[in-house]
Amino acid sequence: MQYMHKYASPKFFYTLAGQLTPWMAALTALLLVAGLYLGLFVAPVDYQQGESYRIMFIHVPAAWMSMFIYVCMAGAGAIALVWNVKLFEMFASNCAPVGASFTFLALVTGSLWGKPMWGAWWAWDARLTSELILFFLYIGYMALEASIDDPRRAARACAILALVGVVNIPVIHFSVEWWNTLHQPASVGKVGTPSIHPSMLAPLLLMSLGFTLYFFTVALMRMRNEILERERHTTWVAQLLESKS
Amino acid sequence: MNWSEFIHMGGYGFYVWSSYGLALLVLLLNLYLPLRRRKTVRRLLHEFLRLKEQTR
Repeated sequence: MQYMHKYASPKFFYTLAGQLTPWMAALTALLLVAGLYLGLFVAPVDYQQGESYRIMFIHVPAAWMSMFIYVCMAGAGAIALVWNVKLFEMFASNCAPVGASFTFLALVTGSLWGKPMWGAWWAWDARLTSELILFFLYIGYMALEASIDDPRRAARACAILALVGVVNIPVIHFSVEWWNTLHQPASVGKVGTPSIHPSMLAPLLLMSLGFTLYFFTVALMRMRNEILERERHTTWVAQLLESKS
Repeated sequence: MNWSEFIHMGGYGFYVWSSYGLALLVLLLNLYLPLRRRKTVRRLLHEFLRLKEQTR
């Protein structure tokens, strides 16, 4: 526990995050460029969906991120709730806007793929509806946070909201199995029968890894800002600003 | 493969490029917002510390 408090001390974390972000950003750029190159230039045309399937290299990673970030947000919220660690509170609250934007991206790219493939921008299908609910959960989280002035009280209320909403995550994931949906079942992660060619899987994984690292980079940048703001009364922040000006 | 064929995307150009364009927009916006916030926070903190110095 004492280790957790050492590494979770705002000053230590601020410095560490500042050292890590440039490297993470560079690696993110590398992964995304490689993913885009393989996805747009190397991966062959899909025999059923034609070139439109290339939307999947954005849509699938974005959809994965929308759920991954939510789980991070709820998990960090729970840790903050139990052990009262400020850093996890900040992480959770900074997940919400990034997660909401990835959910939005997943919904819109899904729509842009659905129009030429299904002939409809939208369907009230289980997968689509539960993903839309996820978007509203993020919006609700941010609205709740904005409505409570004290950041620590806001974090507690938001953590509870996020934890209640986490039931939606398995619903999204299994919706294509539980219900007879229009949305196709997953192609990645099936054991035994490979249903996606390596030339298509590689860009998908690279983009997903790129998005994941991008999320952590942006989250650290956001957290650093918030640390400075919250710790403005401390001497280390005063010293830091004096040394930089 | 030539360039105009690439843009055309087998007739799905609008859908494919809208998706990639929006993704770029989302990534850039999420990068821009914390950078802008960083500037604002630093400016406010300098102001805050200056006032604190004066009232001391």
